[in-house]
Amino acid sequence: MSDIRPRVRVPRTASAGESVLLKTLISHPMETGQRRDGSGNVIPRWIINRFTCEFNGRNVIDMALDPAISTNPYIEFEAVVDETGEFTFTWHDDNGDVYTDTQSIEVA
Amino acid sequence: MKQRRLGPLAAATAALALGALSSASLADPHPDAELVIDGELHLVTRAPAPEHVAHVFDTVKSGWLYRTDETRALQMDDFDNPGMLYVDRGQDLWDTAEGTADASCASCHGDVETMRGVRATMPRVNDNGELWALENYINDCRTERMGAEPWGWTSDGMKSMTALISLQSRGLPMSVQIDGPAAEYWEQGKEMYYTRYGQLELSCANCHEDNNGRMIRADHLSQGMVNGFPTYRLKNAGIVPMHQRFRGCIRDTRGETFAEGSPEFIALELYVASRGNGLSIEGVSVRQ
Repeated sequence: MSDIRPRVRVPRTASAGESVLLKTLISHPMETGQRRDGSGNVIPRWIINRFTCEFNGRNVIDMALDPAISTNPYIEFEAVVDETGEFTFTWHDDNGDVYTDTQSIEVA
Repeated sequence: MKQRRLGPLAAATAALALGALSSASLADPHPDAELVIDGELHLVTRAPAPEHVAHVFDTVKSGWLYRTDETRALQMDDFDNPGMLYVDRGQDLWDTAEGTADASCASCHGDVETMRGVRATMPRVNDNGELWALENYINDCRTERMGAEPWGWTSDGMKSMTALISLQSRGLPMSVQIDGPAAEYWEQGKEMYYTRYGQLELSCANCHEDNNGRMIRADHLSQGMVNGFPTYRLKNAGIVPMHQRFRGCIRDTRGETFAEGSPEFIALELYVASRGNGLSIEGVSVRQ
Protein backbone atom coordinates (compact mmCIF):
# COMPACT_ATOMS: atom_id res chain seq x y z
CA MET A 1 0.00 0.00 0.00
CA SER A 2 1.31 3.40 -0.87
CA ASP A 3 -0.54 5.57 1.64
CA ILE A 4 1.39 5.97 4.87
CA ARG A 5 -0.57 6.04 8.05
CA PRO A 6 0.64 5.80 11.64
CA ARG A 7 -1.34 3.97 14.30
CA VAL A 8 -0.66 4.25 18.02
CA ARG A 9 -2.12 2.68 21.12
CA VAL A 10 -1.59 4.37 24.49
CA PRO A 11 -3.60 3.51 27.63
CA ARG A 12 -6.09 6.28 28.49
CA THR A 13 -5.20 6.26 32.19
CA ALA A 14 -2.38 5.10 34.45
CA SER A 15 -1.28 5.53 38.04
CA ALA A 16 1.76 7.67 38.83
CA GLY A 17 5.03 5.79 38.43
CA GLU A 18 3.36 3.03 36.44
CA SER A 19 5.11 1.48 33.48
CA VAL A 20 2.74 1.58 30.51
CA LEU A 21 2.91 -0.39 27.27
CA LEU A 22 2.96 1.70 24.07
CA LYS A 23 2.30 0.11 20.69
CA THR A 24 2.94 1.74 17.34
CA LEU A 25 2.48 0.62 13.75
CA ILE A 26 3.01 2.56 10.56
CA SER A 27 2.08 1.41 7.09
CA HIS A 28 5.22 1.88 5.01
CA PRO A 29 6.75 -0.11 2.13
CA MET A 30 10.27 -0.14 3.69
CA GLU A 31 11.88 -0.58 0.28
CA THR A 32 15.41 -1.86 0.98
CA GLY A 33 17.26 -0.38 -1.99
CA GLN A 34 18.53 -3.87 -2.84
CA ARG A 35 15.81 -4.78 -5.34
CA ARG A 36 15.54 -4.10 -9.06
CA ASP A 37 12.45 -3.41 -11.10
CA GLY A 38 11.39 -5.22 -14.29
CA SER A 39 13.85 -3.18 -16.39
CA GLY A 40 16.81 -3.93 -14.15
CA ASN A 41 16.97 -0.50 -12.49
CA VAL A 42 17.60 -0.35 -8.76
CA ILE A 43 14.49 0.63 -6.81
CA PRO A 44 15.68 3.46 -4.55
CA ARG A 45 15.84 2.84 -0.83
CA TRP A 46 12.79 4.20 0.94
CA ILE A 47 12.54 3.26 4.59
CA ILE A 48 11.62 4.77 7.91
CA ASN A 49 15.12 5.54 9.19
CA ARG A 50 14.33 7.11 12.55
CA PHE A 51 11.57 6.79 15.11
CA THR A 52 11.23 8.90 18.24
CA CYS A 53 8.81 9.21 21.11
CA GLU A 54 8.58 12.12 23.53
CA PHE A 55 6.50 12.58 26.65
CA ASN A 56 5.77 16.20 27.59
CA GLY A 57 8.84 17.23 25.60
CA ARG A 58 11.14 14.69 27.27
CA ASN A 59 12.70 12.02 25.11
CA VAL A 60 11.43 8.47 25.74
CA ILE A 61 13.00 6.60 22.86
CA ASP A 62 15.07 7.52 19.80
CA MET A 63 15.64 4.68 17.43
CA ALA A 64 17.60 4.23 14.19
CA LEU A 65 16.07 1.79 11.69
CA ASP A 66 17.93 -0.10 8.98
CA PRO A 67 16.88 -1.74 5.71
CA ALA A 68 16.37 -5.27 7.05
CA ILE A 69 13.23 -4.20 8.91
CA SER A 70 10.09 -5.49 7.26
CA THR A 71 7.25 -3.54 5.73
CA ASN A 72 4.73 -1.87 8.09
CA PRO A 73 7.15 -1.67 11.06
CA TYR A 74 5.61 -2.40 14.43
CA ILE A 75 7.38 -0.95 17.48
CA GLU A 76 6.35 -1.63 21.04
CA PHE A 77 8.01 -0.35 24.21
CA GLU A 78 7.30 0.67 27.79
CA ALA A 79 7.52 4.04 29.48
CA VAL A 80 7.16 5.10 33.10
CA VAL A 81 4.66 7.94 33.47
CA ASP A 82 4.60 10.21 36.52
CA GLU A 83 2.20 12.92 35.37
CA THR A 84 -0.68 13.58 33.02
CA GLY A 85 0.59 14.47 29.59
CA GLU A 86 0.99 13.79 25.94
CA PHE A 87 3.05 11.29 24.00
CA THR A 88 4.34 12.46 20.61
CA PHE A 89 5.44 9.78 18.15
CA THR A 90 7.49 10.73 15.10
CA TRP A 91 8.60 8.69 12.10
CA HIS A 92 11.19 10.04 9.61
CA ASP A 93 11.63 8.44 6.19
CA ASP A 94 14.26 8.58 3.44
CA ASN A 95 12.20 10.98 1.34
CA GLY A 96 12.40 13.50 4.16
CA ASP A 97 8.76 13.01 5.06
CA VAL A 98 7.84 13.14 8.73
CA TYR A 99 4.75 11.49 10.19
CA THR A 100 3.53 12.25 13.69
CA ASP A 101 0.81 11.12 16.00
CA THR A 102 -0.01 12.28 19.52
CA GLN A 103 -1.93 10.58 22.32
CA SER A 104 -2.62 11.85 25.79
CA ILE A 105 -2.66 9.88 29.01
CA GLU A 106 -4.25 10.80 32.31
CA VAL A 107 -2.33 9.99 35.45
CA ALA A 108 -4.34 9.69 38.62
CA MET B 1 7.26 -47.09 -1.46
CA LYS B 2 10.06 -47.41 1.00
CA GLN B 3 8.31 -50.14 2.95
CA ARG B 4 8.55 -52.60 0.05
CA ARG B 5 12.29 -52.83 0.55
CA LEU B 6 11.93 -53.74 4.21
CA GLY B 7 11.28 -57.20 5.65
CA PRO B 8 7.69 -58.05 6.67
CA LEU B 9 8.31 -57.45 10.39
CA ALA B 10 10.08 -54.14 9.80
CA ALA B 11 7.28 -53.06 7.47
CA ALA B 12 4.66 -53.89 10.09
CA THR B 13 6.59 -51.91 12.72
CA ALA B 14 6.93 -48.99 10.34
CA ALA B 15 3.20 -49.08 9.60
CA LEU B 16 2.41 -49.12 13.32
CA ALA B 17 4.73 -46.21 13.94
CA LEU B 18 3.16 -44.29 11.08
CA GLY B 19 -0.31 -45.03 12.45
CA ALA B 20 0.65 -43.72 15.86
CA LEU B 21 2.19 -40.62 14.36
CA SER B 22 -0.81 -39.79 12.21
CA SER B 23 -3.38 -40.16 14.95
CA ALA B 24 -1.30 -37.90 17.18
CA SER B 25 -0.79 -35.25 14.52
CA LEU B 26 -4.41 -35.33 13.36
CA ALA B 27 -5.66 -34.39 16.80
CA ASP B 28 -6.57 -30.79 17.47
CA PRO B 29 -3.27 -28.95 16.99
CA HIS B 30 -3.90 -26.59 19.90
CA PRO B 31 -6.71 -28.16 21.97
CA ASP B 32 -6.88 -25.31 24.48
CA ALA B 33 -6.70 -22.44 22.00
CA GLU B 34 -9.71 -20.13 21.93
CA LEU B 35 -9.91 -17.21 19.53
CA VAL B 36 -10.98 -14.12 21.47
CA ILE B 37 -10.49 -10.69 19.91
CA ASP B 38 -9.38 -7.94 22.29
CA GLY B 39 -10.59 -10.04 25.20
CA GLU B 40 -14.22 -9.51 24.16
CA LEU B 41 -15.36 -11.14 20.96
CA HIS B 42 -15.36 -14.96 20.97
CA LEU B 43 -15.07 -16.57 17.54
CA VAL B 44 -16.04 -20.13 16.68
CA THR B 45 -12.97 -21.97 15.40
CA ARG B 46 -14.36 -25.50 15.84
CA ALA B 47 -17.84 -26.37 14.63
CA PRO B 48 -19.78 -29.57 13.99
CA ALA B 49 -19.16 -30.61 10.39
CA PRO B 50 -21.96 -29.68 7.98
CA GLU B 51 -23.83 -32.68 6.60
CA HIS B 52 -22.05 -32.61 3.25
CA VAL B 53 -18.59 -33.01 4.82
CA ALA B 54 -19.64 -35.35 7.64
CA HIS B 55 -18.15 -38.27 5.67
CA VAL B 56 -14.69 -36.75 6.26
CA PHE B 57 -14.71 -34.69 9.45
CA ASP B 58 -16.60 -34.71 12.73
CA THR B 59 -15.46 -31.18 13.44
CA VAL B 60 -14.47 -28.47 11.00
CA LYS B 61 -11.62 -26.26 12.16
CA SER B 62 -10.46 -22.80 11.29
CA GLY B 63 -6.97 -22.48 9.87
CA TRP B 64 -6.22 -20.25 12.87
CA LEU B 65 -5.86 -23.38 15.01
CA TYR B 66 -3.00 -24.66 12.87
CA ARG B 67 -0.77 -21.63 13.24
CA THR B 68 2.00 -20.94 15.74
CA ASP B 69 1.38 -19.29 19.12
CA GLU B 70 2.87 -16.02 17.86
CA THR B 71 0.78 -15.88 14.68
CA ARG B 72 -2.40 -16.76 16.55
CA ALA B 73 -1.70 -14.00 19.07
CA LEU B 74 -1.45 -11.39 16.32
CA GLN B 75 -5.06 -12.01 15.37
CA MET B 76 -6.31 -11.73 18.94
CA ASP B 77 -5.56 -8.02 19.17
CA ASP B 78 -6.87 -5.65 16.53
CA PHE B 79 -3.95 -3.32 17.07
CA ASP B 80 -1.42 -6.08 16.46
CA ASN B 81 -3.33 -7.38 13.41
CA PRO B 82 -1.61 -5.76 10.40
CA GLY B 83 -4.69 -6.50 8.26
CA MET B 84 -6.36 -3.57 10.01
CA LEU B 85 -4.15 -1.23 7.93
CA TYR B 86 -6.19 -2.38 4.94
CA VAL B 87 -9.44 -1.96 6.85
CA ASP B 88 -8.51 1.67 7.59
CA ARG B 89 -7.77 2.26 3.94
CA GLY B 90 -11.02 0.51 2.99
CA GLN B 91 -12.91 2.93 5.21
CA ASP B 92 -11.35 5.88 3.38
CA LEU B 93 -12.33 4.36 0.04
CA TRP B 94 -15.86 3.68 1.29
CA ASP B 95 -16.29 7.43 1.83
CA THR B 96 -14.53 8.57 -1.37
CA ALA B 97 -16.74 9.72 -4.25
CA GLU B 98 -15.58 8.46 -7.65
CA GLY B 99 -16.76 8.03 -11.22
CA THR B 100 -19.21 9.83 -13.46
CA ALA B 101 -21.94 9.67 -10.80
CA ASP B 102 -19.58 11.29 -8.28
CA ALA B 103 -20.84 8.79 -5.73
CA SER B 104 -19.14 6.84 -2.95
CA CYS B 105 -20.18 3.55 -1.38
CA ALA B 106 -21.57 5.62 1.48
CA SER B 107 -23.79 7.65 -0.87
CA CYS B 108 -26.07 4.62 -1.34
CA HIS B 109 -25.22 2.27 1.52
CA GLY B 110 -24.66 4.76 4.33
CA ASP B 111 -22.56 3.43 7.16
CA VAL B 112 -20.44 0.40 6.34
CA GLU B 113 -22.09 -1.44 9.24
CA THR B 114 -25.03 -2.03 6.88
CA MET B 115 -22.74 -4.60 5.22
CA ARG B 116 -22.95 -6.86 8.29
CA GLY B 117 -23.80 -10.39 7.14
CA VAL B 118 -22.78 -9.91 3.51
CA ARG B 119 -19.46 -11.71 3.72
CA ALA B 120 -21.05 -14.71 5.47
CA THR B 121 -23.21 -15.57 2.46
CA MET B 122 -20.63 -15.04 -0.28
CA PRO B 123 -20.36 -16.25 -2.97
CA ARG B 124 -24.04 -15.94 -3.86
CA VAL B 125 -26.13 -16.33 -7.02
CA ASN B 126 -27.17 -12.92 -8.37
CA ASP B 127 -30.48 -11.88 -9.93
CA ASN B 128 -29.33 -13.13 -13.34
CA GLY B 129 -28.56 -16.59 -12.03
CA GLU B 130 -24.78 -16.14 -12.09
CA LEU B 131 -22.63 -17.03 -9.11
CA TRP B 132 -20.87 -13.91 -7.87
CA ALA B 133 -18.21 -13.39 -5.24
CA LEU B 134 -18.00 -10.29 -3.04
CA GLU B 135 -15.51 -8.80 -5.53
CA ASN B 136 -18.07 -9.09 -8.35
CA TYR B 137 -20.69 -7.25 -6.33
CA ILE B 138 -18.21 -4.49 -5.47
CA ASN B 139 -17.17 -4.01 -9.09
CA ASP B 140 -20.79 -4.06 -10.22
CA CYS B 141 -21.47 -1.13 -7.90
CA ARG B 142 -18.39 0.66 -9.21
CA THR B 143 -19.21 0.30 -12.90
CA GLU B 144 -23.03 0.42 -12.87
CA ARG B 145 -23.82 2.81 -10.03
CA MET B 146 -20.71 4.96 -9.66
CA GLY B 147 -19.55 4.99 -13.26
CA ALA B 148 -16.04 4.25 -12.05
CA GLU B 149 -13.34 1.89 -13.29
CA PRO B 150 -13.60 -1.63 -11.90
CA TRP B 151 -10.86 -2.72 -9.52
CA GLY B 152 -8.54 -5.60 -10.33
CA TRP B 153 -9.34 -8.72 -8.29
CA THR B 154 -6.08 -8.49 -6.33
CA SER B 155 -5.63 -4.69 -6.45
CA ASP B 156 -5.00 -2.74 -3.26
CA GLY B 157 -8.38 -1.05 -3.58
CA MET B 158 -10.23 -4.34 -3.85
CA LYS B 159 -8.28 -5.95 -1.02
CA SER B 160 -8.92 -2.97 1.24
CA MET B 161 -12.63 -2.93 0.45
CA THR B 162 -13.13 -6.70 0.95
CA ALA B 163 -11.20 -6.43 4.23
CA LEU B 164 -13.49 -3.65 5.43
CA ILE B 165 -16.71 -5.39 4.36
CA SER B 166 -15.61 -8.78 5.73
CA LEU B 167 -14.81 -7.25 9.10
CA GLN B 168 -18.45 -6.17 9.46
CA SER B 169 -19.46 -9.85 9.53
CA ARG B 170 -16.83 -10.89 12.04
CA GLY B 171 -18.28 -13.42 14.47
CA LEU B 172 -21.21 -14.40 12.27
CA PRO B 173 -21.28 -18.03 11.16
CA MET B 174 -20.36 -18.74 7.57
CA SER B 175 -23.61 -19.73 5.88
CA VAL B 176 -23.43 -19.96 2.10
CA GLN B 177 -26.39 -21.33 0.21
CA ILE B 178 -25.66 -24.56 -1.66
CA ASP B 179 -29.11 -25.63 -2.88
CA GLY B 180 -31.58 -24.07 -5.31
CA PRO B 181 -29.89 -21.93 -7.96
CA ALA B 182 -26.48 -22.43 -6.31
CA ALA B 183 -26.61 -26.23 -6.62
CA GLU B 184 -25.02 -26.52 -10.06
CA TYR B 185 -22.13 -24.23 -9.07
CA TRP B 186 -21.65 -26.13 -5.85
CA GLU B 187 -21.43 -29.42 -7.79
CA GLN B 188 -18.87 -27.82 -10.13
CA GLY B 189 -16.81 -26.68 -7.16
CA LYS B 190 -17.00 -30.10 -5.54
CA GLU B 191 -15.85 -31.73 -8.78
CA MET B 192 -12.86 -29.38 -8.80
CA TYR B 193 -12.06 -30.06 -5.15
CA TYR B 194 -11.60 -33.76 -5.86
CA THR B 195 -9.86 -33.33 -9.24
CA ARG B 196 -6.13 -33.94 -9.30
CA TYR B 197 -4.30 -31.04 -10.94
CA GLY B 198 -0.79 -30.49 -12.22
CA GLN B 199 2.27 -32.63 -12.72
CA LEU B 200 2.11 -33.68 -9.08
CA GLU B 201 -1.48 -34.85 -9.56
CA LEU B 202 -2.78 -33.37 -6.33
CA SER B 203 -6.36 -32.48 -5.53
CA CYS B 204 -7.43 -30.15 -2.75
CA ALA B 205 -8.57 -33.25 -0.85
CA ASN B 206 -5.15 -34.90 -0.95
CA CYS B 207 -3.75 -32.27 1.38
CA HIS B 208 -6.70 -30.81 3.22
CA GLU B 209 -8.74 -34.01 3.79
CA ASP B 210 -6.24 -36.85 3.73
CA ASN B 211 -3.33 -35.11 5.41
CA ASN B 212 -4.60 -32.16 7.42
CA GLY B 213 -2.75 -31.86 10.69
CA ARG B 214 0.45 -33.23 9.16
CA MET B 215 3.42 -31.18 8.06
CA ILE B 216 4.06 -30.57 4.36
CA ARG B 217 7.73 -29.70 4.70
CA ALA B 218 7.67 -26.68 7.03
CA ASP B 219 3.96 -25.96 6.73
CA HIS B 220 1.21 -27.31 8.96
CA LEU B 221 -1.63 -28.46 6.70
CA SER B 222 -5.02 -27.19 7.78
CA GLN B 223 -8.45 -28.32 6.66
CA GLY B 224 -8.32 -25.59 4.04
CA MET B 225 -11.22 -23.57 5.44
CA VAL B 226 -11.78 -20.10 4.01
CA ASN B 227 -13.70 -18.42 6.85
CA GLY B 228 -10.64 -16.27 7.65
CA PHE B 229 -10.33 -14.61 4.24
CA PRO B 230 -9.26 -12.06 3.24
CA THR B 231 -6.16 -13.04 5.16
CA TYR B 232 -3.11 -11.02 6.12
CA ARG B 233 -0.23 -13.32 5.25
CA LEU B 234 3.04 -12.54 6.98
CA LYS B 235 4.88 -14.15 4.07
CA ASN B 236 3.39 -11.60 1.64
CA ALA B 237 3.31 -8.73 4.17
CA GLY B 238 -0.13 -8.01 2.80
CA ILE B 239 -3.71 -9.14 2.30
CA VAL B 240 -4.13 -12.33 0.29
CA PRO B 241 -7.57 -12.82 -1.26
CA MET B 242 -9.02 -16.31 -1.47
CA HIS B 243 -8.49 -16.72 -5.21
CA GLN B 244 -4.83 -15.77 -4.89
CA ARG B 245 -4.49 -18.54 -2.32
CA PHE B 246 -6.25 -21.02 -4.65
CA ARG B 247 -3.86 -19.99 -7.38
CA GLY B 248 -0.90 -20.59 -5.11
CA CYS B 249 -2.17 -24.07 -4.24
CA ILE B 250 -2.68 -25.09 -7.88
CA ARG B 251 0.66 -23.57 -8.86
CA ASP B 252 2.27 -25.74 -6.18
CA THR B 253 0.85 -28.82 -7.91
CA ARG B 254 2.86 -27.63 -10.93
CA GLY B 255 -0.37 -27.08 -12.82
CA GLU B 256 -1.70 -24.30 -15.01
CA THR B 257 -3.94 -22.33 -12.70
CA PHE B 258 -7.26 -20.64 -13.28
CA ALA B 259 -7.34 -16.86 -13.11
CA GLU B 260 -8.42 -14.92 -10.03
CA GLY B 261 -12.08 -14.08 -10.54
CA SER B 262 -12.66 -16.87 -13.07
CA PRO B 263 -16.01 -18.71 -12.93
CA GLU B 264 -14.09 -21.86 -11.95
CA PHE B 265 -12.54 -20.22 -8.89
CA ILE B 266 -15.87 -18.68 -7.84
CA ALA B 267 -17.47 -22.14 -7.99
CA LEU B 268 -14.57 -23.60 -5.99
CA GLU B 269 -14.93 -20.74 -3.51
CA LEU B 270 -18.59 -21.67 -2.97
CA TYR B 271 -17.81 -25.34 -2.39
CA VAL B 272 -14.88 -24.68 -0.04
CA ALA B 273 -16.86 -22.02 1.83
CA SER B 274 -19.75 -24.47 2.32
CA ARG B 275 -17.41 -26.96 3.96
CA GLY B 276 -16.86 -24.39 6.69
CA ASN B 277 -20.50 -23.42 7.22
CA GLY B 278 -20.82 -22.81 10.96
CA LEU B 279 -17.31 -21.41 11.53
CA SER B 280 -17.10 -17.72 12.40
CA ILE B 281 -16.16 -15.22 9.77
CA GLU B 282 -12.84 -13.93 11.09
CA GLY B 283 -12.91 -10.69 9.15
CA VAL B 284 -9.25 -10.14 8.56
CA SER B 285 -7.33 -13.14 9.81
CA VAL B 286 -3.56 -13.45 10.20
CA ARG B 287 -1.71 -16.44 8.84
CA GLN B 288 1.89 -17.51 8.30
